[in-house]
Amino acid sequence: MASDEQPQILAFVCNWCAYAGADLAGVSRIQYPSNVRLIRVMCTGRVNHGFLLRAFLKGADGLLVSG
Amino acid sequence: MTQKRLTPHTEKTGSIAIIGSGIAGIQTALDIANSGFRVHLVEEKANVGGVMAQLDKTFPTNDCSSCMMGPKLAELANHPNIDIFAYTDVLSLEGEPGRFQLTLKKKARAVDPERCVACNICAEKCPQKVSDPFNLNLNQRKAIYIPYPQAVPLVYTIDKEHCTYFTKGKCRVCEKVCKNKAVIFDQEDEIVTLDTGALILAGGFEPFDARRKGEYGYGRWPNVLTSLEYERILSAAGPFQGHIQRLSDGKIPRRIAWIQCVGSRDSHMGNDYCSAVCCMSATKQAMITKEHDRDIDTSIFFIDIRAHGKGFDRFYERSESENDVRYVRSLISRVIPNPEDDTLSISYAGPDHHLQEETYDMVVLSVGLCPNASTAQLAKRIGVQLNEHGFCASDPLDVVATSKPGIFVCGAAQGPKDIPDSVQQGSSAAAQATALLADTRGSLVTAPSSHVERNVSGEEPCIGVFVCHCGINIAGVVDVEAVAEFARTLPNVKYVTHCMFACSTDQLQEIKQAIRDHNLNRVVVASCTPRTHEPLFRNTLREAGLNPYLFELANIREQDAWVHRAEPEAATHKAKELVRMSVSRSRLLEPLYETSYEVVQAALVIGGGLAGLSAALSFAEQGFKATLVERTAELGGNARTLYYTEDGANPALYVQDLIQKVENQPLITVYKEAQVVSITGSCGNYTSNISVKDQSQAISHGVVVVATGGQEHKPAEYLYGQHPRIITQKEFEDLLNSEPDKAKQLQRVAMIQCVGSREPEYLYCSRVCCTAAIKNSLKLKTINPNAQISILYRDIRTFGFKETTYLKARRQGVRFYRFELDHKPRVNRQDDTLMVSVFDAQLQAAVQLQADLVVLSAAIRPRPESQELADAMRLPLDEDGFFMEAHPKLRPLDFATPGFYLCGLAQGPKFANESIAQARGAVSRAVTVLSKKKIVAEGMINRVDAELCRACGECEKACCFEAINVTQVAEGRTQAVVTEALCTGCGVCNVACPTGAASLSHFKDEQINRMIDD
Repeated sequence: MASDEQPQILAFVCNWCAYAGADLAGVSRIQYPSNVRLIRVMCTGRVNHGFLLRAFLKGADGLLVSG
Repeated sequence: MTQKRLTPHTEKTGSIAIIGSGIAGIQTALDIANSGFRVHLVEEKANVGGVMAQLDKTFPTNDCSSCMMGPKLAELANHPNIDIFAYTDVLSLEGEPGRFQLTLKKKARAVDPERCVACNICAEKCPQKVSDPFNLNLNQRKAIYIPYPQAVPLVYTIDKEHCTYFTKGKCRVCEKVCKNKAVIFDQEDEIVTLDTGALILAGGFEPFDARRKGEYGYGRWPNVLTSLEYERILSAAGPFQGHIQRLSDGKIPRRIAWIQCVGSRDSHMGNDYCSAVCCMSATKQAMITKEHDRDIDTSIFFIDIRAHGKGFDRFYERSESENDVRYVRSLISRVIPNPEDDTLSISYAGPDHHLQEETYDMVVLSVGLCPNASTAQLAKRIGVQLNEHGFCASDPLDVVATSKPGIFVCGAAQGPKDIPDSVQQGSSAAAQATALLADTRGSLVTAPSSHVERNVSGEEPCIGVFVCHCGINIAGVVDVEAVAEFARTLPNVKYVTHCMFACSTDQLQEIKQAIRDHNLNRVVVASCTPRTHEPLFRNTLREAGLNPYLFELANIREQDAWVHRAEPEAATHKAKELVRMSVSRSRLLEPLYETSYEVVQAALVIGGGLAGLSAALSFAEQGFKATLVERTAELGGNARTLYYTEDGANPALYVQDLIQKVENQPLITVYKEAQVVSITGSCGNYTSNISVKDQSQAISHGVVVVATGGQEHKPAEYLYGQHPRIITQKEFEDLLNSEPDKAKQLQRVAMIQCVGSREPEYLYCSRVCCTAAIKNSLKLKTINPNAQISILYRDIRTFGFKETTYLKARRQGVRFYRFELDHKPRVNRQDDTLMVSVFDAQLQAAVQLQADLVVLSAAIRPRPESQELADAMRLPLDEDGFFMEAHPKLRPLDFATPGFYLCGLAQGPKFANESIAQARGAVSRAVTVLSKKKIVAEGMINRVDAELCRACGECEKACCFEAINVTQVAEGRTQAVVTEALCTGCGVCNVACPTGAASLSHFKDEQINRMIDD
């Protein structure tokens, strides 16, 4: 991830709830900062430690696993 | 082109004709065509879509209307079992139910649909500009046209009334420029006769002609608009690209007023009924206006706010509290123009009874829904009766049945209604029509076409990127062209383009063409959410000969443009990154293959009330087995004590008859005192564990219909339970029915509305209570004409034709007192007398009412055991505790979980006839699964690498779906094996697996890692 003055947040989100929630935020036009990137997984159970460590290694400042 | 008679004359025909192609007609067509019947979809206009295609957004989610319709229109256009007859009139109908002959006139478009590729060159070159009816004549189109880019069928039409060649005999420019020679000036009308088993009228409505209300100045003052015109103004694809402006001078209005009930609830105009949608539509328009520009003042002038649908009251509340929409309760008598600046003045009586005048830059008239003239004419011609308002008359409890057997009605042709009600009625009509023809299922359908798939293994990734503007939804914030330019710089990207609507039929054709022309083997679309549009694009890949899993969506709308509106640069940057992530991932995508498995052609219906019984019987009528599970010892539910309706039906009698039919129906098994303990399996193949009188029983079925009902709230206020003469509305109905002599003694009855509804804790309307109170008042008036009845209300919500019952009650002297939530009435007992005091918000005065009886219109609540059931079935409940549908607008009867459907009070408060219609509609949805012998399973499942698996069983322990088990696969060899039908592709086993043997296709470690790296 490109480093920037803003913290870079990476989120792993479940397709069925958190990703849908992010869509709903869009439909409801809820505004939030743009420094977050979502990675959709079919279930947050799919997220292993390796992904998280890798994200930090690649420069993420914060991670969110939501599902 | 007369269809060859495929069945002997004595047999029924396995096809159904639908007249009208708005959202109701489209839903009906898709349901029928997906259940094994052929559909003839007839539309008098040049293209399908109806009014919904003209809407900008829809309440109460403010979803984009054309985005929601996109996938439906695309499915319709490509469906092998739907023949679309657009630009076609119905001439006659002969024959009898099951065996009709329908004669149609296909009007000459002067364009050959086989040759037209919708390149738009003809329209570009056409010199003749005419006003554009699709945009309500607010701008111009050419004399050769398609109404909007996503039009289906995507064929141009010459507007012969305006074409210079047809009017003056010269020009022929379009003919010259058309490379495909599609323009045929001497094309003739064609008469076609079709065999059809049943007919469904879905002709929709016509907006009220606002010119008839001369006092509002529509047609004279440029800044007075109709609600439909305003909808087009809001639309990004509309005449002003979504910029709100006055028609007189193009300036942004600072103050906009909405006037409600224009042509509705208006006896002078001959429209006694309520149009049912305008309150929410105006609320939506005001909210969207605020989203466009927070500084525009929005005021809605109304009589009652009718927010009677699911989620509507919250929407209304939000518009006031979050969007500062102002609501003024006042009937406006006229609009006065101020010619010097083209503003408009409105006067109204304020709360202090003084006349107040306000000036607005723009006035929007919320015009009512009137019967569609051509549907009414057609109905008359084929012997279908109309009701007093000119809509198709239908049975009070079987709302889709017309006066003529074999002919059904749905949507606004039956009466004014909103989109979800139209959609569920469409499904209901589909169920009733196909039930009539159940034994012909499959006789006229074409097998789905198979596409030869190109083998891409060993090829370098060759990626095509398509960036969508989505009108101004994305392009209004994100610099789409910059994103496209950026995509060009990414490795392996061979083709990039940007387009107005990636999901439109023409654009999907272009994607297919690009795949072929550039030999693409991966496709990335940057547009909206994969949750709604991924299936559409995957199918496009399939049709282009690519494996559908070689596709990736970058969500730059819901998760970018819409949420970073104030930061266009940051949003553009994010869009680029999202595209880069998707492109990186797409490089690693692999083709996946779907497997198919047998469907258990039986249904499980949970709940034995009116909805559940109707659903079970409807399954049987369709020829499928059903198991009905009822928690109590008796069938019938709430309907057993619904003795009459406002329109003369008797649900209590009806349900007794229904119980008999269900119990005598050999295809239905009824379990009473039974509960569903668990459901496992997947769509088309479920196994339920049911406890019947504490004995466990396993049942196999393909689908589930949840019809668990609701119940009347037991009030904890107004002294309920503390005095025998304070009862609920349901108890009152019981009294009126079973003890009329006692009821006759009642001289003064006070009713209090919204008891437990529309309060902060339960912010929803129970929909039926206003009508119930009025219906019971009228009943009491017939028993004792001298009874004084007072109804204390907040808004009277007698939507649709129920309004006439309200009028009748007013004429018969029932008194109405309006109260506000912060001045709720009080009930006091003084010795043996009950006193109700209320502050009447209209009179602005306190009123004391003595009452022999106080009737509380108590809310409808979800069943208390819903939560337990929801947990057992892993289904969602909404914030009020009712079951939550997949989408409130276009999927009101489906759960998000495939194979699960819902209906009746379990979904939300509703009337008896709506429960019946929903139940049948849910069956229609379910039959789209049951009618198939085999179902195709998702290709995105877990695979086990046999070489890496050491059969430790960690995956088996981790799996919630019992989809992976350590099994002996050969002599001396055990390994984890995936049951494909059960695997949901969640990937939990991947994390549990210590060796990396379990690997979820489409979400492999490497595919995710690559996104992280980016």
